[in-house]
Amino acid sequence: MDRTTVALTLAAGALVLTALPVTAQDKTLTLMTHDSFYLPEGALESFESEHGVDVQLLPAGDAGAMVNQAILTADHPLADVLFGVDNTFLSRALSADLFAPYRSAALAEVPADLQLDPENRVTPIDYGDVCLNLDRAAFGEDGLPWPETLDDLAEPALAGALVVENPATSSPGLAFLLATIATYGEDGWQSYWADLRDNDVAVTSGWEEAYYGRFSGGSGEGDRPIVVSYASSPAAEVIYGADPAAAESPIAAIEPGCFRQIEFAGILRGTEEPELAGALIDHLLSPEVQAELPLAMFVYPARAGVELPAAFAAHALVPAAPASLDAELIDAKREAWISEWTDIVLR
Amino acid sequence: MDRHRPALSRWGALLAVPPLAFLALFFLWPVANILALGLAPDGQPRLGHVLETWAQPYVLDTVLFTLALAGLSTLLTLVLGLPAAWVFARFDFPLKRPLRALTVVPFVLPTVVVGAAFLALLGPRNPLDALGTALFGEAFPQVRLDGSVQAILIANVFYNIAVIIRLVGGLWAHIDPRAEEAARMLGASPARTMWEVTWPLLRPAIISAASIVFLFTVTSFGVVLLLGGPRDVTLEVEIYRQTAILLDLPTAAALTLLQMGGVVALLWFSARAQEDLAVQQRLRGSSETARRPRGRRQRLLVALVLTGTCLFMFVPLAVLVERSLAGPGGYGLAAFGGLLEADPRTRLPVAPWHAIVDSLAFAALTTLLAGTLGMLAAVVVGYGRGWFSRGVDTLVMLPLGTSAVIVGFGFLVALDTPPLDLRTSILLIPIAHTLIALPFVMRSVVPVVRSIDERMREAAAVLGASPRRAWREVDGPILARAGLVGAGFAFAVSLGEFGATLFIARPDTVTIPVAIYRLLGQPGAANFAAAMALAVVLMALTTSAVLLIDRLRGGGPQPF
Repeated sequence: MDRTTVALTLAAGALVLTALPVTAQDKTLTLMTHDSFYLPEGALESFESEHGVDVQLLPAGDAGAMVNQAILTADHPLADVLFGVDNTFLSRALSADLFAPYRSAALAEVPADLQLDPENRVTPIDYGDVCLNLDRAAFGEDGLPWPETLDDLAEPALAGALVVENPATSSPGLAFLLATIATYGEDGWQSYWADLRDNDVAVTSGWEEAYYGRFSGGSGEGDRPIVVSYASSPAAEVIYGADPAAAESPIAAIEPGCFRQIEFAGILRGTEEPELAGALIDHLLSPEVQAELPLAMFVYPARAGVELPAAFAAHALVPAAPASLDAELIDAKREAWISEWTDIVLR
Repeated sequence: MDRHRPALSRWGALLAVPPLAFLALFFLWPVANILALGLAPDGQPRLGHVLETWAQPYVLDTVLFTLALAGLSTLLTLVLGLPAAWVFARFDFPLKRPLRALTVVPFVLPTVVVGAAFLALLGPRNPLDALGTALFGEAFPQVRLDGSVQAILIANVFYNIAVIIRLVGGLWAHIDPRAEEAARMLGASPARTMWEVTWPLLRPAIISAASIVFLFTVTSFGVVLLLGGPRDVTLEVEIYRQTAILLDLPTAAALTLLQMGGVVALLWFSARAQEDLAVQQRLRGSSETARRPRGRRQRLLVALVLTGTCLFMFVPLAVLVERSLAGPGGYGLAAFGGLLEADPRTRLPVAPWHAIVDSLAFAALTTLLAGTLGMLAAVVVGYGRGWFSRGVDTLVMLPLGTSAVIVGFGFLVALDTPPLDLRTSILLIPIAHTLIALPFVMRSVVPVVRSIDERMREAAAVLGASPRRAWREVDGPILARAGLVGAGFAFAVSLGEFGATLFIARPDTVTIPVAIYRLLGQPGAANFAAAMALAVVLMALTTSAVLLIDRLRGGGPQPF
């Protein structure tokens, strides 16, 4: 055989090999998630061995893209359970009738204000807050004035200090816009953003560019001392930083402008394993998994009374009264708000 | 020159079946399904909505901006890429092979990483600005280009220059220099020789490469989002928004029809132009045509082109290397050591080196699949003429000009019933990569096939070779070499592909670009350094793979 024949034979062999179906072992349960989903190895193992089931993870883009894929495939679902639909996309998912109702016994341990669906089609698993983050080095005695309210961001003293994400392309960007709408009302936020624009607010398309590219604090490499990020970012800067035992984070999250995102899981209609699917939701709410959530995804557990890791408790902010808006109102108005925002800030 | 070529026999046309079947199943069928959902949501076609969408003023703005951006990017890439292609094809100089291999690196780097390098060079606190401020104090005007159209243009050239260097250079290196020498001998100036002798011979390859660059920039997505200002919206960005974020399929379908219609028209005409402009010529081995630069002026010119190209391409890469060495505790190799084990704090459930293994496996599979299908398509397009071969050419190229999100969502709705329920299969990764790699394989081979001089086959026949043997001895080696150029691209495309892989990748099978993206999804210096270290590994892998393929290809004398 000459070289070409060898190569072609190898190619054909490789194709046949990879096309062979994987031999079936136990039952499998597929969990569809967004890209940011992560649990440490072992967090699902006790569930798998107890129920004799193999849990397959299926990341499906960001939260919005994931919900849209679930809607498109509703007739032939890709998974049994979906995790990660948040309060900004909840109403779209519910009106597409994606989920079968399920009431987990563990819900008794979850504060009522996180339980947004009275019919229990979705179950709250965790929550986190999008908040303004400050570069500590830029504020203080000879530096900039520490902002106490959202209004302060529009003051000349903080001109050119803030970088936000575009709500049309970024989920924290949308959360911050919603926080301003909740704060100033449906008719008042427009003039606030016009003030921010006049105060030279910078807009990026996503969180990575805003945080790493434009923000000056922590691991950011830019020149703006205020960024829209998460309440847990100060903790992440310490945990991933040069000194994981540092007493103070180089950045600080502040209370004004925080917006709460609650993440839910639900059983996808059409699953052939509704009982196992329910058991998986119970497992996600179990103390064992709930205690892993803070360091795995930098969010707070939905279950009350779960102990937080030390670095998390020391450096992350838990806003006392984060802004929130009705999920149905968000879904009905999102597009109109975004295009109005675009006209005010970008045109 | 002789314009005869061996016509593709009726049986030869059957070679098109595998690539056409592949494209029909994994491209046309999914795209048709998702478009049908958008155009006729309840079975009744709603063409009114399509016309209404097209008539919206923002659509015209977006189309004009997209066309201007892609046109300008292609032009700039040609202006900077052709001199580099000339130098690499025609001259010998130290370090030529590694330098040429390095030029492919930008092509595979994920946009997040290139974005980081460009922000460092063009954004706040960039070196130029720092230098100016250091010399002239705070009064020095702020220099920065991030968030501007200029930044998108620079990044597009940076990404695509390798396409010109390799696709045009692939033919250029084999053009017999004696025609040019004869023209010079007869008194033509270098410029006139270039214009009247070299340019007509190269035209098909230039059109071929330029159309790939154009399609790549029309559908470039990450670059526009990362480096452009928030007002810079291309058709591709708008289609992504309408599909993945808003799930407004009717509007997405109307915009996709517009995009695909334009792309098909462009491809049809470029296929025709390439066919008409092809010139049969005696191709030489690349080692016979390249020589050391002669004379002071030529040495200066070559040095100038090389220095410019290297500065432009390698400074951003050097920034990435620097970032990968700068960990939270000062310079060192800590970030690379970290690739060996899973860090329980990061979002990668496996040690990052698994991503390297998975990436290589997918790239090898893609190279085999795209290499085989692409060569078949290239034979049909290269030897054939008329509507059939032009149609195959257009169809193979079309995936480059179609939104990844439309193809991805198309997979979801079209491939949902056994035995073709591939929606959750990792086989979709090499399949998706092959869709993007096929055009490169085909376009690397076709211009070369069309240039093969018929008289060489005739000579072989006169010497007693059967037509089949003549083909094998004359065309075979040339095809194999051109095919290796394409294979190198297929490998690189697969290593660097990100958009489609992100949708398909499973947590335990992550490619390098996906791992980088996941690492950069969290704040903290350790994540940033690990992502940069992976980017450097990706650069090294690409360079070695291309070097290896170049070595296989060899530059020795052709058997004629």
